[in-house]
Amino acid sequence: MVKVEFLGPMGIEPIEIEVSNLKELSKILKENRDISSWLDKSAVAINDVMVNNLDTTLNSGDRVSILPPVCGG
Amino acid sequence: MELYNGSLDTKEIFGRWLDEQSHSNYGAYIPFVGTIRAEDGISALSFDIYEPVLQVWFDKWVEKAKERGAIVKMAHSIGDVEVHTSSYISAVFSPQRKVALSLINEFVEDFKANAPIWKYDVIDGERVYAQDRSTPMSGAGLLG
Repeated sequence: MVKVEFLGPMGIEPIEIEVSNLKELSKILKENRDISSWLDKSAVAINDVMVNNLDTTLNSGDRVSILPPVCGG
Repeated sequence: MELYNGSLDTKEIFGRWLDEQSHSNYGAYIPFVGTIRAEDGISALSFDIYEPVLQVWFDKWVEKAKERGAIVKMAHSIGDVEVHTSSYISAVFSPQRKVALSLINEFVEDFKANAPIWKYDVIDGERVYAQDRSTPMSGAGLLG
């Protein structure tokens, strides 16, 4: 199982799902209306490392973070 | 990197950073202070931080600064911070001022674009995500 957490203002509880890469995860998350509107402007980290490749493999126990637009300072 | 609940004690932090480097032979120390302005009816700003990714981001800047013979420092608030107080400060120490002036600009700009921090306006006690002022991080849209 892969844990997915939604950070900052998204206000969505973490979920656990069975997926083997980010492409599959994207497909599943797009089906959820509360989540899908954030996806085109959110960045992604796996186990706290930022990722840029949709083919990235996911293993059981991995933690995926969805990071919406930021504004520090 | 230092994180605090509420407003920053800027004088204490800047003073301590200065004392720590008092014998390091840096010729330039450039501090930056971000102060919360009273505008649009807000009483405060409020912040969420995702510390593990922020730490990775900051550590990369420590390395970049080191390559140029410099040191970067930063402190940020978590939670509510009242207007006219500070939520973010940073500083650069370097042997010469030109490196420090350039680095503080690059460091603060990248901080605004890529530090995993979310800002909310506090209006009548309610937290409202500052969506209009927020920027998608580099690599955003991967799953969209």
